[in-house]
Amino acid sequence: MILLVDDNEDHAEIVIRSFRAHDPGLPIHHVTDGESALDYLFRRGEYSDPGVSPRPRLILLDLRLPKVDGLEVLKEIKETHELRGIPVVILTSSQAGIDVQMACDYHANSYVVKPLEFDQFTQLVRDLGSYWLGWNVKSAV
Amino acid sequence: MTVKGKPLEILLVEDNDDHAEIVKRSLRAHQVANNLHVVADGQAALDYLLGRGEYRDRKTSPSPDVILLDLALPKVDGWEVLKEIKQTDKLLRIPVVVLTSSEDERDVAKAYDCHANSYLVKPVDFNKFTDLMRDLGFYWLGWNVNPFIQGGEG
Repeated sequence: MILLVDDNEDHAEIVIRSFRAHDPGLPIHHVTDGESALDYLFRRGEYSDPGVSPRPRLILLDLRLPKVDGLEVLKEIKETHELRGIPVVILTSSQAGIDVQMACDYHANSYVVKPLEFDQFTQLVRDLGSYWLGWNVKSAV
Repeated sequence: MTVKGKPLEILLVEDNDDHAEIVKRSLRAHQVANNLHVVADGQAALDYLLGRGEYRDRKTSPSPDVILLDLALPKVDGWEVLKEIKQTDKLLRIPVVVLTSSEDERDVAKAYDCHANSYLVKPVDFNKFTDLMRDLGFYWLGWNVNPFIQGGEG
């Protein structure tokens, strides 16, 4: 399954629909703030049952998030042994050099800017799926 | 593909000539516009990345936008190269895609522990290998944003 962390509902909709267009059964869990993302990954609160919160194969992470921001979420993921093997792709509107640099410094696997154009956005999602769910080998940890 | 007219640079660290040839041909066949630089051992990889010796001239040995790294290498092995890259300030932001024959889970876990960006197993089938190179090129040179492109030479 995929964990999608994005507070923009329109963008989340595009991502979810694009993935489902190619793989209708693909489980996608969408959260809209950084704290919920961490709760999910660390199995806290409503996510404490692993059956409810299976490990994602891919995390798509926006940067500007309520409660806990994306870089903080990224940092916690990459500092945690059980989670660091999950690819984290920063998927954001920001093209700011400083954001790209910080994401790289915190060991994001990849940084991708959300296209403005709908068709490009859906193509991006398709290519993301094909690469990270198809070719890339995820750690079994 | 290019970004703002700048050709994209790939460093391939691979001691198997046949595999290196497949990578070269696949990237060319799928018109992933780039300059491919190949080194055949870990020492040469580090020399290239740090601009040492024969790789001093950044015009002929430009800093790569992505590194394709085999693990089993002569002189300095792939693990050492990976660790060195991810522990060196001026190199750690370059995406490293491990491209190896090993499917061993321990190698996968170790690669991510060392902060490899991606782990790919070389397909045995030639056509699949070329498909992989196409998708790899489009993804890392097309979609992924490299911090160096933002601000010039990194």
